[in-house]
Amino acid sequence: MKIQINNGRVIDPANIIDEAGPVCIEDGVIVSVMRIPKGFKPDQVIDARGRWVCPGIIDLSARFGEPGDESKATIASEAAAAASAGVTTVCCPPDTSPVIDTPAVVELIHQRATKSNKVRIYPIGALTQGLKGERLSEMYALRQAGCIGVSNANHPVINNEILRRTFEYAASTDLIVFIHPEDHHLRNHGVVNEGAISTRLGLPPIPETAETVAISTALLLIEQTGVKAHFCRLSTAKGVEMIARAKRVGLPVSADAGICHLYLTEQDVDGYNANCHIIPPLRRMEDREGLLQGLLAGTIDAVCSDHQPHNDDAKTAPFSLTRPGASTLEALLPLMLDLVDKDLLTPMQVFEKLAVNPAKILGLESGSLTAGSIADVIVVDPELSWTLTTSQMLSAGKNTPFINWELSGKVTHTFLNGQLVYNGTSS
Amino acid sequence: MTGMKLDNKEIDQLLKEMADRLQAFLLKAGRHDPLIIGIHTGGLWIAKRLQQLLGTKLPLGELNIAFYRDDFSRIGMHPRVTPSKLPFNIEDRHIVLVDDVLHTGRTIRAAMNEIFDYGRPASICLAVLVERSGHELPIRADITGKTITLKPGEHAKLLGPEPLALEIKKAE
Amino acid sequence: MTVYNTIQLDENGRLKHFLTTEGLGRELLVEILDHAESFAGVGSRAVKKVPLLRGKTIVNLFFEPSTRTSTTFDLAAKRLSADVLNLNLAASSTSKGESLLDTLHTLEAMHCDMFIVRHSSSGAAHFIARNVAPHISVINGGDGQHAHPTQAMLDMYTIRKHKQRFDTLRVAIVGDVLHSRVARSDIHALKTLGVNDVRVIGPKTLIPAGIESLGVEVYDNLQNGITGVDVIIMLRLQKERMISASIPSEHEYFGRYGLTEEKLEVAKSDAIVMHPGPINRGIEIDSKVADSDRSVILQQVSHGIAIRMAVMAMAMGSLSGNTVKPDEDTDK
Repeated sequence: MKIQINNGRVIDPANIIDEAGPVCIEDGVIVSVMRIPKGFKPDQVIDARGRWVCPGIIDLSARFGEPGDESKATIASEAAAAASAGVTTVCCPPDTSPVIDTPAVVELIHQRATKSNKVRIYPIGALTQGLKGERLSEMYALRQAGCIGVSNANHPVINNEILRRTFEYAASTDLIVFIHPEDHHLRNHGVVNEGAISTRLGLPPIPETAETVAISTALLLIEQTGVKAHFCRLSTAKGVEMIARAKRVGLPVSADAGICHLYLTEQDVDGYNANCHIIPPLRRMEDREGLLQGLLAGTIDAVCSDHQPHNDDAKTAPFSLTRPGASTLEALLPLMLDLVDKDLLTPMQVFEKLAVNPAKILGLESGSLTAGSIADVIVVDPELSWTLTTSQMLSAGKNTPFINWELSGKVTHTFLNGQLVYNGTSS
Repeated sequence: MTGMKLDNKEIDQLLKEMADRLQAFLLKAGRHDPLIIGIHTGGLWIAKRLQQLLGTKLPLGELNIAFYRDDFSRIGMHPRVTPSKLPFNIEDRHIVLVDDVLHTGRTIRAAMNEIFDYGRPASICLAVLVERSGHELPIRADITGKTITLKPGEHAKLLGPEPLALEIKKAE
Repeated sequence: MTVYNTIQLDENGRLKHFLTTEGLGRELLVEILDHAESFAGVGSRAVKKVPLLRGKTIVNLFFEPSTRTSTTFDLAAKRLSADVLNLNLAASSTSKGESLLDTLHTLEAMHCDMFIVRHSSSGAAHFIARNVAPHISVINGGDGQHAHPTQAMLDMYTIRKHKQRFDTLRVAIVGDVLHSRVARSDIHALKTLGVNDVRVIGPKTLIPAGIESLGVEVYDNLQNGITGVDVIIMLRLQKERMISASIPSEHEYFGRYGLTEEKLEVAKSDAIVMHPGPINRGIEIDSKVADSDRSVILQQVSHGIAIRMAVMAMAMGSLSGNTVKPDEDTDK
């Protein structure tokens, strides 16, 4: 199948391209960018005038609901949502049910992803068996099955001695450790950021130190063990500072922030808004500022959705009794484009954070439009205005804090392996 | 009758006549040592004057029927309620209930319900300054100052406490 | 915060749900106190009832066990001649949100008019008010660590009875402020009623972050905190606080923060001592103080019935739908 995308503004940070030109795809591979090969006869031509042509988004964290929570969402439903959102590759955390601590579960996810044929899924394996934080998982087997990283998600490792061993073992199997920095005891069953708002609402608080203490411990162990580590979902300005310092002294660390934390603060929880119940919690304005600064400075390498679909039951309860997590796949790109509108990021930087850097972190050969690479390509209309409504959302989880927001920018076409898996235009 | 008024002098005259008739009534019925209870707000003004005229030494009772009205579900709570005060035991006593205007009778019904929640009186008689047309319940006064007929939409209102005046107004 | 106003008041600005003292105007709080005044005498009559809420069904939905609060609400509702249903639901059976909603819908199907809710989760009363049928009023009997508005109002009523004016008062709240919904509701009510000088006193481990933003001053020394105060509100210390490493022992707590006659000397000579109850003698308050003339603790209990009658009558009355203010001269 030969596809030619004409007249689009090609944005390819990996190759430092930001100009109008054609992109040609054949048999699932990008054959050329900025020129058309001699004698190329496309089966399908797409006129991308006024639009951007970019690498597909690589989302470092999105949950699909299965296995385990099929009543909330399935790989089929969320893959469709991902495709409509321009996300072509997703890492899913190991906190499924059953946990991703055996090759069989990895296989299951791969099969379902292939069946949906709408998104590429890289499962992140469990760091410890059952995520219980006590015994090493069979990391080598998980790597063989296709995991590129391991994580204990938001579950605690019972002590630092075991944490050190998990890092050492992961390093020996050449796996990246995805760290969710949270000191379980300092978190103390909290649900919102500790401060004036948690006090007024009477909700159990999560202090800043729940994150910073965990980062500090992890950094020292990373230094000791030499494991490659990625810090997931930084939420504090202080945490950003600590990662910046670690990078300066040469530690092999990277970091991401979730899209919610770049946009929302603890103020949004006011009134007991359960859609804003997320972990790590939304923090102060100063923390959001710190995250944006970190993004611009490169301390934060990537932005992810941290997508977590929930059904109504999970969110229709008094705040502390609701399940944390927000459905964010479909808001990820438009909100990043909003940062472009606000002159905080350039389009190149957006795709650095959404495609190039995630690929680097995962050690993948994707995230770019380099000729010869797999054709995971999206076409984006940056000016298209639309409203995020529950009826429009493709995700089975309607639990988004951005409900009824007016957004600007939408994906019109998504190619996965050179196949059109999403067409948002009427044609 | 809109525009009709009774001034302080006229009201005083009516009250003197009422006091005389009341005394005769009570004597004839054998109701000794009566307790006077006035209904907020206008009834209380009238009751005070009657008490002076009758020369009783007993304290005056004040009734605020706000919690016994039959229109709570239509209207809700009145923002300002001065509580009822009955500084005596009403068990087996003769009560003189006093109000300024008797119209539908609902206020008197509420007042009697409230009195019975304080105890069991031996008797209750009703004295009103003005009895006007528009009865909705089978309640009549024993002593009436003046009987008047009003058109629908017209209201009799007692102003006071000093000087007292009765006005007939059209409802807004 | 406006967000609380929009849910607590109906379109005419009348109290529909009573969920928190935060965000309500001074006039409304004073109205509650005034109405309670009117209801206060009902308990000393031969017939301790007024027929105001006759025929209405009020449900006490207690997800958190409580004897004293549920009995005062029960009594208050009965004194208004309402029918009362007492449901004591253990928290475990309704730990999932769906059961909570199902419980509500079942009760609605039984044509109830009002829910009094006590729940261990902050925001539960708001949640119920948002999800309940439009003709039902919700009164918060205490939600998690967030609010206990009727307790705050009976505290304000007690203060008004003894001190008349609010704006010149110095008020101290002592104890486990961190876990106290009473403290939070008291603070909002005090500030709204015009008290400029409100202090919270307790060990750092039991003072919540950012509480200064509510307009209070934080003290960790009891003597300093109660110097020259007119009102001292003592909070209950729960036994779990030692296990959660918030205080080392009850003995040490009493030594540092327990109210004794000696410590009371620095307060104003006519200062009153309050406590939401039940009191822990010898832990937060010395027996001599609890039983002295300065203690108004027992009065608080009786005021609680009048306040709850007032709040229930106001909330039920708001459902009348009539915008006309009752005029005593009509319908005579």
